[in-house]
Amino acid sequence: MRRFSWFNATSLTLGFAFLYLPMVILVIYSFNASKLVTVWAGFSTRWYGELIRNEEFLDAAWVTLKVAFFSSTLATILGTMAAYVLVRAGRFSGRTLFSGMIYAPLVMPEVITGLSLLLLFIGIGLDRGVLTIVLAHTTFSMCYVSVVVSSRLTSFDRSLEEAALDLGCSPFDAFRLVTLPIIAPAVISGWLLAFTLSLDDLVIASFTTGPSATTLPIKIFSAVRLGVSPEINALSTIMIGIVTVGVITASLISKRAAVAQARDEQAAARTT
Amino acid sequence: MRRWVLIALPYAWLLALFLAPFIIVLKISLSDIALARPPYMPQLDFGAGLAGLREFFAALDFENFWFLTTDDLYWKAYLSSLQIAVVSTFLTLLVGYPIAYGMARSAQEWRPTLLMLVILPFWTSFLIRVYAWMGILSTEGLLNQFLIGLGLVSDPLTILNTNTAVYIGIVYTYLPFMILPIYAALEKMDESLLEAAEDLGCSKFSAFWLVTIPLSRNGIIAGCFLVFIPAIGEFVIPSLLGGSDTLMIGKVLWEEFFSNRDWPVASAVAVVLLLILIVPIVLFQRNEQKAREAEG
Amino acid sequence: MAETAQKPKTKSTAPDQAFEPWEDPNAKPLIEFRGVTKRFGDFTAIDDLTQDIYEREFFALLGPSGCGKTTMMRMLAGFDMPTAGEILIAGQDMAGIPPNKRPVNMMFQSYALFPHLSIWDNIAFGLKREGRGSDAIAERVEEMLRLTRLERFARRKPHQISGGQRQRVALARSLAKAPKLLLLDEPLGALDKKLRQDTQFELMDIQEKTGTTFVIVTHDQEEAMTVASRVAVMDEGRIVQVATPAVIYEAPATTYVADFIGDVTLIAGEAKAHESVVEEVVPEPEVAAPEPLVAAAEGERAPQPNALGEWLHDRLLTRVLGPRKAAPKLLPAPEVAAVVEAPVAAPKAAPTEGLAIHWAAGQPPLVAANAPPDWAGKRVTLALRPEKVAISKARPEAANALQGKVIDIAYLGNISTYHVELANGSMIKAQMANTRRISRRDITWEDDVWVSFSDTAAAVLEE
Repeated sequence: MRRFSWFNATSLTLGFAFLYLPMVILVIYSFNASKLVTVWAGFSTRWYGELIRNEEFLDAAWVTLKVAFFSSTLATILGTMAAYVLVRAGRFSGRTLFSGMIYAPLVMPEVITGLSLLLLFIGIGLDRGVLTIVLAHTTFSMCYVSVVVSSRLTSFDRSLEEAALDLGCSPFDAFRLVTLPIIAPAVISGWLLAFTLSLDDLVIASFTTGPSATTLPIKIFSAVRLGVSPEINALSTIMIGIVTVGVITASLISKRAAVAQARDEQAAARTT
Repeated sequence: MRRWVLIALPYAWLLALFLAPFIIVLKISLSDIALARPPYMPQLDFGAGLAGLREFFAALDFENFWFLTTDDLYWKAYLSSLQIAVVSTFLTLLVGYPIAYGMARSAQEWRPTLLMLVILPFWTSFLIRVYAWMGILSTEGLLNQFLIGLGLVSDPLTILNTNTAVYIGIVYTYLPFMILPIYAALEKMDESLLEAAEDLGCSKFSAFWLVTIPLSRNGIIAGCFLVFIPAIGEFVIPSLLGGSDTLMIGKVLWEEFFSNRDWPVASAVAVVLLLILIVPIVLFQRNEQKAREAEG
Repeated sequence: MAETAQKPKTKSTAPDQAFEPWEDPNAKPLIEFRGVTKRFGDFTAIDDLTQDIYEREFFALLGPSGCGKTTMMRMLAGFDMPTAGEILIAGQDMAGIPPNKRPVNMMFQSYALFPHLSIWDNIAFGLKREGRGSDAIAERVEEMLRLTRLERFARRKPHQISGGQRQRVALARSLAKAPKLLLLDEPLGALDKKLRQDTQFELMDIQEKTGTTFVIVTHDQEEAMTVASRVAVMDEGRIVQVATPAVIYEAPATTYVADFIGDVTLIAGEAKAHESVVEEVVPEPEVAAPEPLVAAAEGERAPQPNALGEWLHDRLLTRVLGPRKAAPKLLPAPEVAAVVEAPVAAPKAAPTEGLAIHWAAGQPPLVAANAPPDWAGKRVTLALRPEKVAISKARPEAANALQGKVIDIAYLGNISTYHVELANGSMIKAQMANTRRISRRDITWEDDVWVSFSDTAAAVLEE
């Protein structure tokens, strides 16, 4: 057993307090009865009620979910293809440009991505709205998906695909029957990542949207600019709650799978 | 045939929606100043053939870039962005390293949970995490209530809408980016190396300095770049936590675009920002490459 | 039936009539490499290689990593295409034929079992691609499970079985489609030594049962020697020697092969014609006597009377001892136990042809009878297997005897290897079977000893 270290315990406690205290405070104050967000006036769910009755927020939430769903799905398809090309297609002309275009959006400031896409949409005369946000979000989140999927593909034993070919699969069948089922967890987490990126995005959506489509982050941003509001606290609490439940569930599932796998492998080693 | 489609589809998408827009930005940055009123002169006349092409390029100029140097707002904003990014990267390292170290030295069965706790904020909305600090840092906010309650200060501190608040916001939101690579480097480290160093006469502190720090070097560098690069172009944090005197280039670009509606200048600002970012991005790539090669 | 009698199918069923299609000018090879070259950028993995492999062969490609053996195999499977030259399988040019259309299956080094499919589905995978009926597939899978004794594990996933079982699944999966040719890429590399040895025999057994042609890639010479009907030793993209394991071991073609296969002492020197010398008794070029110490002692116990001795006997001793025996040159009939050990004082039968290899100043030249005399004047290398070198304390009667000091003894249980350093610093390895208990063996570190070997013990290699 490792020796207990006061230094480590302190740094972990303070570190996680720093990470979580602001969010905990936010959650607590969302149940504050007072309109004044810094004065505690008793427990109440009043702001949740007002939030639900706020048509504008509900509309924005609906737009955001639609955008996130379509853009993450498209991004997952394109990103997985791109990852496959990066890892497996070998050399082709323009490969350097291709990998550059995959990695650049990851480090590109959002203001530049947003600005450039807006100028494109204006240039080609595309009406700004849900479609343009979906296009914009797909473009940058496909790069994240392809990074997640390609890191899985790199560690993927290439001989599995060769074995499939050797046993008579066409390259497409080999992908469908062998590669895809094995990289599925990475593809799914790529999708989830793309979905949250789209849900969170303020800057690119602000640039690429038109008057017809307002997403939740845009709504929150314009509300928050004027100061702290209890309704936003309530909304934040709901979003934090969803993410927390989702992440904890996912990690429990993967932990259970890992434990089962370890147990099976031990049992297998004993039967030798 | 299928291979061709496989390459062509994502390739075409990125060409159309990443590279083409960027070329448009470049072109507009070289165009004449005009307020939110396309078309921007000059326009490429395809009908005129090669002569048209020559004429087009002849009409492009660096007027907007010249403009950026005449108004000190821009270069001050670039410098201030760099300064804020450097300082907050350093602060993030100071806060992040002990956390990563504590995680890597914690009991094996605790590590996945701790790791999940670091990643969890990353999945929650960036905007909300920045917003959470507004209520804490404001003059009548919780931090001031706490400090006054303890008797440490008599008058509330002004933190919100200052650069201090921006530093806090950047450190807070980018902390996971610093912790994760450092943790990954430290976790791989063989603890018997420290025992060997102590066996050879190092004190605990010098063992840390001579063994742990050099071995986590790649993680530190990766973490610093991961904080520094996005911090330069940051928009949300300075606009929510910073004050009117907080100059950051992301904010300037936004305002140039949405408030002043001067698109050619906004484009020029974007091009210069990218030129500034190329250096750290290339350095970061090289560091990653080296780390990968070292691992084999 | 008459056919099988004429053409023995396998090596083991007719040991007297060996399986050697490569010796038969009429035999049609299953695989033909014709001038195949493979380059990866600047690196030449395979260099203008021509080689035939016959049906039912168990052909081993042996060499260190990077010698091109894996590239050869991957070109057969269709994962790599030759840069130049052609590869034929059953007479058909394989150029442009993708892996999934070749009558070849491969067992991968990592086994490449599909982790998301059960053992049963892994084995059925290739059969399903052929579009066979489900009954036919089930039947074939069951058959393969029986062949590899995996019936109990059919429903498990690959991570739920042990390494040895995974190896058998990989074999079953690659054999399920009954390929003409099975490629095995380091098939036993991931197994521990004991399991590997058992599995080698299992592989040979399955190869005989199914009659499939096997091409195995390995860097383990012991494995290649055990399983293969022929071994191709490769170096830097070329095949250096192709022969049966026995020939490879006993008559390596080059010093590279000699050095790669088994333990060997290499002695380089200049060959000169060997002049028969009569003053020394050269024993039969037999395998060195197992106990040269004893042999030497008994040689001393049987002195040969010379002319003076005869004269003295006749004059002085006849009265006491009786007349001298008629055949003084012959030894008295030896006791049965001593048959092997007694050196036969045969009339001097010096080799009429042979070489004397001058290899170091101050050391006697080494005699080799098994080399063409016209190599005289060339530089040659003697490749000497340690088990052909005897070690003794007294000077033995042997064609080649060298004096040195024991530097190291490696005790391997059944045998011991002695590292003997000669006066000029060169090292010779000698091996002796440990027939006596350890306490009774009298050669130990720092002892001055003789190492000796016959004039046919070493393989003589041109440089």
